[in-house]
Amino acid sequence: MSVFDKVIAARLARGIVTQPIEYEKRGAELKDLIAAKFSRSFFIREVDTGSCGACESEIIAATNPLYDLQRYGVSFVASPRHADALLVTGPVSKNMVLALKKTYDAMPEPKLVISAGDCALNGGVFKGSYYIAGGVNAVLPVTLHIPGCPPTPLTLVKALISFLR
Amino acid sequence: MEKLLFELTRLGIVPVKLTNENEVYLEVSPVDFKPACLALHKLLRSTVMLMFAEDRRSSEGTFTIRAGFIGTKPRQWYFVEQKVPGPVFGSIAKDIYSANLFEREIKEMFGLEPEGNPDCRRLRLHDEVWPGGYPLRKDFESAVPGPIGNYPFMPVEGEGVFELPVGPVHAGIIGPGHFRFSVAGEPIINLESRLGFTHRGVEKMFEGRDAASAAKLSECVAGDAAFSHSLACCRGVERACGITVPPRGEYLRGIFLELERLYNHVADVGTIALDVGFSFPAAEASVIKENLQALNGELTGSRFLKHVNLPGGVSRDLDQASVKKLLAQTAVAARDFRRLREILYSSVSFLDRVETTGALSKKLAEDLGVIGLAGRASGVKLDLREVFPGVYDGLKVVSREKGDVLARLEVRLDEFEESVRQIERLAARLPEGAVAGDEPLVGSGRALGWAESWRGPVLYWLRFTDGKLARAKIVDPSFHNWIGLNLAALDNIVPDFPVCNKSFNLSYAGNDL
Repeated sequence: MSVFDKVIAARLARGIVTQPIEYEKRGAELKDLIAAKFSRSFFIREVDTGSCGACESEIIAATNPLYDLQRYGVSFVASPRHADALLVTGPVSKNMVLALKKTYDAMPEPKLVISAGDCALNGGVFKGSYYIAGGVNAVLPVTLHIPGCPPTPLTLVKALISFLR
Repeated sequence: MEKLLFELTRLGIVPVKLTNENEVYLEVSPVDFKPACLALHKLLRSTVMLMFAEDRRSSEGTFTIRAGFIGTKPRQWYFVEQKVPGPVFGSIAKDIYSANLFEREIKEMFGLEPEGNPDCRRLRLHDEVWPGGYPLRKDFESAVPGPIGNYPFMPVEGEGVFELPVGPVHAGIIGPGHFRFSVAGEPIINLESRLGFTHRGVEKMFEGRDAASAAKLSECVAGDAAFSHSLACCRGVERACGITVPPRGEYLRGIFLELERLYNHVADVGTIALDVGFSFPAAEASVIKENLQALNGELTGSRFLKHVNLPGGVSRDLDQASVKKLLAQTAVAARDFRRLREILYSSVSFLDRVETTGALSKKLAEDLGVIGLAGRASGVKLDLREVFPGVYDGLKVVSREKGDVLARLEVRLDEFEESVRQIERLAARLPEGAVAGDEPLVGSGRALGWAESWRGPVLYWLRFTDGKLARAKIVDPSFHNWIGLNLAALDNIVPDFPVCNKSFNLSYAGNDL
């Protein structure tokens, strides 16, 4: 038996590991909404404008094999030109204002902006700093905010559902 | 210590000596600052671990500049400090390279010119954005109007040489940074990274805070090292104010620190594989990481171990059932991880991509002051858990000599195993009692707090005045190591840069502060 077979055999012997049922249920709901409103695929371009890295870590976690957000029709893309939505994390540091605007401008219409994490709302714990331009909505028109420090994959799915409804 | 004092006296320097526990402060005149730093640098074989200024004009009429070194044998921190009236101070960067970035930082934050430092470009307050004003001065209010400048990259010229700008917005889901490659064909002949895009003014945000809210803010400095940062911050508070942590609290901190190391190491092993296009082990690693983070969530209520540390101890206790779960889950993770390791080593094409790629020699790592995980992969064997063991016992410090991507991968693989072993040890000996002391009384004092995060040493130098922070200097290992990545990538081809970058996996947020 090759090492690859061994891994799969061990996984099957242990039973398939899945995330809580709520995530699965919500995911199915999200899939239907994306199928109806975005022709089955919803492309997101992520930009970090000064976050500590925890939000990105959770967004990446949403794409791991256990959550597998892609199966519901959500994909993270490398280029803003391929994106339906811009997902912004972190308080907007002054150094990132221009880059954020340029990324937004590079996206085709129609486009929307989603902010994720408490910092992105109004600066969070960094509110009032000399180098924070404010929340994402100080720079771009935000359509949806996902709360949390950081938001979990389930929160991400729930927020997307409530928005698409 | 005697040898050191002898050496300084021989140089004609008579320092004023002040001590904390494990901390020695040597106050010297500005003329003696450089020779004293050089003596420490050579005798202790230490890089400049931290160097920072403090605005003491209101109480003493001058700025104070300190350079900190670590003595691994005497298990002490040494600080050389000088009083500088401004506006210039003598640079030591030409003799000790690791002071270079710190001096540039002092220049942009305090407006003190490092005389003799050849590189005076700004680090974080970008020229295109920030007209003027020195944020860390006590009388700073807001930016002062002035002309907006341009950042000069080092020009590389010659036939067929061209520049390849990348970032600050990258293709993946990662932090922002700008990389300027100068290439001739595929090989990289120069690489400059320009960071500071996630600068949030963290050190200024710390000023005026009390101990508890400082600990809370420290968790948002670098998200993937939230526990290490809050641990270093809390230790700084405790040492400055003489607060003792109950033994159970110390042991639990040890366990949580290793849990943070586990999930980060396995994530990096996965992404190194992913960056050379080997996605099967990457998926496997992300499952192990998810399970470990879910465990963190179950044990502490936070997948990133936030809100656990507080000055005086920890806020979460582990009951017997939790300890049992912890041991069972880490054993599962260790088993899965060994299999992951087997998968990686079974692929010759994977090893071919990582072996000899992005090599950083020991000499270069020492000269640049590369520390932590990346340093250990190049043979610089500094681990604060070994220097100041505390609850650790018989820690096996993992190191390699080659300094290539494979070496950094192997350091992670072995440290994972060692962390699991330490968790088992700590859990088995977990003492009974309280997990935190009484509500801390914070008066005035100064001290250094530290933690060996999964990346390397995290340092918090804090000064309290009447229970409020007057100055907090934070150093994340990323600050030392970005330059190491720039030089490790040289002579490699551009497509190998992502895997070099990932093998270092430095924090943007921790560096930019």
